[in-house]
Amino acid sequence: MRPVLYVMSFLALIALGFWAYRENYATQGALKEVEALQRQIVGLHEALTVQRAEWAYLNRPDRLRDLATANFDRLGLLPMEPSQFGAAAQVAYPRAKLPDVSFTEDVQGTITTDAEGL
Amino acid sequence: MRTPLRPLARILHARQEGLNPDTIEKENLKLRHEAIRERARGRAQFRLLILCASFVIAFGAIGARMGLMAATEPMEPRASAPGAEIIAQRADITDRNGRVLATNITTHALYAHPKVMVDPKGTAVKLAEIFPELDPAALQRRFTDGRSFVWIRKVLSPEQMQKVHEIGDPGLLFGPREMRLYPNGMLAAHILGGSSFGAEGVHSAEVIGVAGIEKAMDARLRDPAQGGKPLTLSIDLTLQSTIEEVLYAGMSMLNAKGAAAILMDARTGEILALASLPTFDPNDRPTPIVDKTAEPGDSPLFNRAVQGVYELGSTFKIFATAQAMELGLVGPETMVDANAPMQWGRHKIKEFEGKNYGPLLSVSDVIAKSSNVGTAHIALMIGPLRQQAFLKSLGFFEPTPVELIEAPGARPLIPKKWPEIVTITTSYGHGMSASPLHLAAAYAAIANGGVAIKPTLLKREGPTTGVRVMSEKTAFDSVAMLRRVVTEGTASLGDVPGYEVAGKTGTADKPKKTGGYYDDKVVNTFASVFPASNPQYVLIVTLDEPQDDTLSETRRTAGWTAVPVASEIIRRVAPLMGLRPKLEPVAVDAVTAASN
Repeated sequence: MRPVLYVMSFLALIALGFWAYRENYATQGALKEVEALQRQIVGLHEALTVQRAEWAYLNRPDRLRDLATANFDRLGLLPMEPSQFGAAAQVAYPRAKLPDVSFTEDVQGTITTDAEGL
Repeated sequence: MRTPLRPLARILHARQEGLNPDTIEKENLKLRHEAIRERARGRAQFRLLILCASFVIAFGAIGARMGLMAATEPMEPRASAPGAEIIAQRADITDRNGRVLATNITTHALYAHPKVMVDPKGTAVKLAEIFPELDPAALQRRFTDGRSFVWIRKVLSPEQMQKVHEIGDPGLLFGPREMRLYPNGMLAAHILGGSSFGAEGVHSAEVIGVAGIEKAMDARLRDPAQGGKPLTLSIDLTLQSTIEEVLYAGMSMLNAKGAAAILMDARTGEILALASLPTFDPNDRPTPIVDKTAEPGDSPLFNRAVQGVYELGSTFKIFATAQAMELGLVGPETMVDANAPMQWGRHKIKEFEGKNYGPLLSVSDVIAKSSNVGTAHIALMIGPLRQQAFLKSLGFFEPTPVELIEAPGARPLIPKKWPEIVTITTSYGHGMSASPLHLAAAYAAIANGGVAIKPTLLKREGPTTGVRVMSEKTAFDSVAMLRRVVTEGTASLGDVPGYEVAGKTGTADKPKKTGGYYDDKVVNTFASVFPASNPQYVLIVTLDEPQDDTLSETRRTAGWTAVPVASEIIRRVAPLMGLRPKLEPVAVDAVTAASN
């Protein structure tokens, strides 16, 4: 009985040693990966900061004002004015809903190609 | 095996011998006890040994670890997660809506190791081609005089870095740098101030604030415990930009030397915009003027809104009337003596252009017409001591507590003695000087119903508490008086339909350095509060040496200069703040007539 126990524990020792060896290398690999990821995160953070700075730079009020002026004919943007506030009373009531028209029954006549505009 | 205490064989034997068998029992008992004691002692010794060993092992382990830690190089824990604090060494500054006002970007510094240079002379010439501000001859000398380290540039753009790479000399080296960037350029320059490098090393350099909020809040911005959390200012970038635009247009139109404007939330004391013109670019901060004869206001670095300590003129009159009403000395309609000119000892108090609004004028009209004599009489009713105490409670005797490094230096100029003639002149804003920011804080106290506030540039969360300096009724009546200044008084150009502007003009002659006042140099101020029915915002506009030549005569009163600028500012910023114009009351006369 006792020799079997000795052999078993010896084998277990070898197995544990092998397991520890593998774990050691797996840990080192994981640490390396973490370091690489950290470097990547730092790089991305830097890129993010640069992009945030660029966003702020491109959206600086002076530039937007100049762009709005330069593209006035297309956009028609003007500074906000008090007259742009409206009162609720100025909003028209929605129109009464028209009855649905079913074309198959109610519309008569012919459609020429000109009128279609195609 | 347990031995019996009375073994039968020995007992029988003893009985036969006629001995007492009890002695056998005693003897055996004694032996047994001895054996038990022996065993217990052995066990105790063993336990002590184990205990000893564990102590030795434990202390040995701690000692070994300490020795190891002391003897080895320090190392960062490798598995810790990186936080933003490692990346940003200086926190960003944002406006109240989170728009970036100051941030950091990574760039590089250029340095050289001349001893490892292949071609020092050629490199110097090529560097001077890339950086025109470098002198090739001086650079050559520095590369060849035997030193082993030379700084060439503090920051490089990526294009410049590429060009330096193309020179290809192994003696040219780059060090990473974090650079402060103000993406909005000249906007809010006086608030931000600027920054520069502190201690510089090859691998990094510390960025330190040199002026404005960058210097005042330097410790907060560099505090690693804040984890790079941005500093949120009370400034609104859109309002700031609009105000700077309008103010600049007004300043150039009126040929003013400088201008300042402050927009403040009357309830919290948050400064929503603070502009001072002329301005500068904090990315490329100009060097201060060293010429002793130059006035501080000549430098664009001078913050007129905070550092510009001027006599603020008639804008002070409302403080005299408010205090008199608070003390119950007068009411808005009380008639006071306004017979000009008023003789006081050797001094003669006159009105603008030698007019006479008297003999009697109601307190409300004293403000609307800006009567010096009327205010002087009200101030005399109050008396010097109470007047000083009131102005002190409004913050006029101390530098403003705003978070700018320039603020503590801008101490108001207070007369040393306070005889009655000073009481008179101070009541209409002469003889004592304060900054526009002081005025803004004091007007905020009137606007918010009588509570003194502390002006701040940091966004505040929740309501603020302050000391009450006047009753709500006094504050309400004062705003009503200020409203009359705009509707029928000296600031008639200041009315913005729908926004019920209330305010007070102030025109002060600039003092000469040699004593006395200039005839043709003035500081014009318009202190306004809007909307009058529920005052929320305070706007101060100050123009330095403006003059309006548009009509045939030259005008230098605030009503013609600062007021139109302020009204244009209000017209532009009020909608941006979401302030709905109040509809003009519809005439109800027709309806009442019909019902009669």
